[in-house]
Amino acid sequence: MKLKSSLLMLCAALSVAACTNPDRFGGGAGGNDAFGNGANGAIAGSASDPSSPAYFQQAVGDRVLFEVDQSTLTAEGRATLDGQAVWLLQNADFTAVIEGHADEQGTREYNLALGARRADAARAYLVTQGVQPGRLQVVSYGKERPIEICSQEACYAKNRRAVTVLAGGLSS
Amino acid sequence: MMNRVLCALGAVCLTALVPALATAQSGPLRIEITEGVIEPLPVAVPDLVAETAGSAEMGAQLARVIAADLTGTGLFRELPSSAFISQVTDFGAPVQYADWKAINAQALVTGAVSVSGNQINVKFRLYDVFSGAELGDGLQFAGTTDGWRRIAHKVADVVYSRITGESGYFDSRVVFVSETGPKDNRRKRLAVMDYDGANVQYLTGSEDIVLAPRFSKTGDRVLYTSYETGFPRIYVLDVGSVQRRVLENNQGTMSFAPRFAPDGQTVVYSISQGSNTDIHSMNINSGVTQRLTNTPAIETAPSFSPDGARIVFESDRSGSQQLYVMSASGGEATRISFGEGRYGTPVWSPRGDLIAFTKQSKGRFHIGVMRVDGSEERLLTASFLDEGPTWSPNGRVIMFARETQGADGRSTLYSVDITGRNLRPVRTPEGGSDPSWGPLQR
Repeated sequence: MKLKSSLLMLCAALSVAACTNPDRFGGGAGGNDAFGNGANGAIAGSASDPSSPAYFQQAVGDRVLFEVDQSTLTAEGRATLDGQAVWLLQNADFTAVIEGHADEQGTREYNLALGARRADAARAYLVTQGVQPGRLQVVSYGKERPIEICSQEACYAKNRRAVTVLAGGLSS
Repeated sequence: MMNRVLCALGAVCLTALVPALATAQSGPLRIEITEGVIEPLPVAVPDLVAETAGSAEMGAQLARVIAADLTGTGLFRELPSSAFISQVTDFGAPVQYADWKAINAQALVTGAVSVSGNQINVKFRLYDVFSGAELGDGLQFAGTTDGWRRIAHKVADVVYSRITGESGYFDSRVVFVSETGPKDNRRKRLAVMDYDGANVQYLTGSEDIVLAPRFSKTGDRVLYTSYETGFPRIYVLDVGSVQRRVLENNQGTMSFAPRFAPDGQTVVYSISQGSNTDIHSMNINSGVTQRLTNTPAIETAPSFSPDGARIVFESDRSGSQQLYVMSASGGEATRISFGEGRYGTPVWSPRGDLIAFTKQSKGRFHIGVMRVDGSEERLLTASFLDEGPTWSPNGRVIMFARETQGADGRSTLYSVDITGRNLRPVRTPEGGSDPSWGPLQR
């Protein structure tokens, strides 16, 4: 019985966290994620549809990158977030979870806190651009979810990121 | 007549063998554990004598584990049985000291085992060969056959303790994160094992990220961080029943880096809210919380002093990650790390005299120790990524995780003496990280 109920809880958690969000770790930097697959079906989902998550991810850009041990937004990062804010204001059905990440060059706990700073930097900027704070949540993965695994700066640079992962959409 | 019976956990009982030989004496057989390089002490551990039919294999296995515990410290060197002149076939017969002296054995451990059903009984004696005398009383352990490794560890703990004058650490458990898969798809689950990597038992599944389990002082409970809800949250898990509960689940915050206070009721941990991470404490019975730091900087990785009065933690309030000590009730903190580089994951030693830490300097990671006031810093290891020290119950050995670089990198547990000697991997079925060493079992 206990196992069954915890499995049910797990399924419930997954359906909230992942169903509209197949890329829950912000792993898909490339353009070939089948984003529409897990979505709730009401959205065409093609990247050519400007109101689709795929468009947000690929055309607007879902992530900003950071310097080593920094959580200050770069000019490029602010430009990306400007685009995200415009999109979020036009697509008010969506909420988002902003995931903060660090490269592997740091201790586990510190990197969790650093990822939180990065995610919050992106969140705070989106709020200054008019996005309702209640639509944005943050989570830090620290160094737990790298997308590139070489132990060189080329990879580290892509791992130091804050990724805006959409959820919801035509939910009501 | 001395005939102590120590029974706890129901698993292993200890009695002194009677009659004890001679009077208790410290004897010249002694290893002083110091900073200097030492020559390992030659020890002979013949297979334990089988006193019941079919227990010879068990006698051999027990001897192997006892010897592995002793040699694993780096303080002992085992003499191969092929060198033995005397064979021990009768536990009660007098020891032929000359035969052991001739092969330069300085310590000799003899024992006998009897098995009846699932019950096992082990007797042993420790001899100082060059003095020609027994060192301490013979002892007897009784338990169940599936706990035979614990009995071997208990024998080795007594031998280690009598020869070094320090308490042992072999009959202890370590909770850690067992890992499989590449860095970009790593699966993690909590596991608990004997200190030497045997008897691994998994405590969680690997559906959700789990991080940094921490034993309570008595080893009955584990605190850890899980992403079960989608956000990092702290759970407390009962090791016996594997029942767990979340400590708090506040929207808009993340909590991680928990550790028990010595009282087993207070937990210190970090809460991230917005861009800020501070240290808080909670009484896990009442749920009452208290904020211990209040700066815009990152404050995390708190660890109590063994008397519970102080907390060492890391903060980047100076601009880089450094170590600080404050009262267990919070308030002013004193910085203790001043060397070049960054310092994190401080852990107070069980003796109270040292802080172990992770240091990053010039692109390398180190495990090191310093005194509580920050003096006498010593780095014990160096690699691409060493992290997360934990202390053996006697404060002599540190276990940590070493991750190798590149796409094929994996994480392995290692142990090292606080002298910096005797670096060795801990064999686990999968990769390992975030070890937390529990107490010596009773």
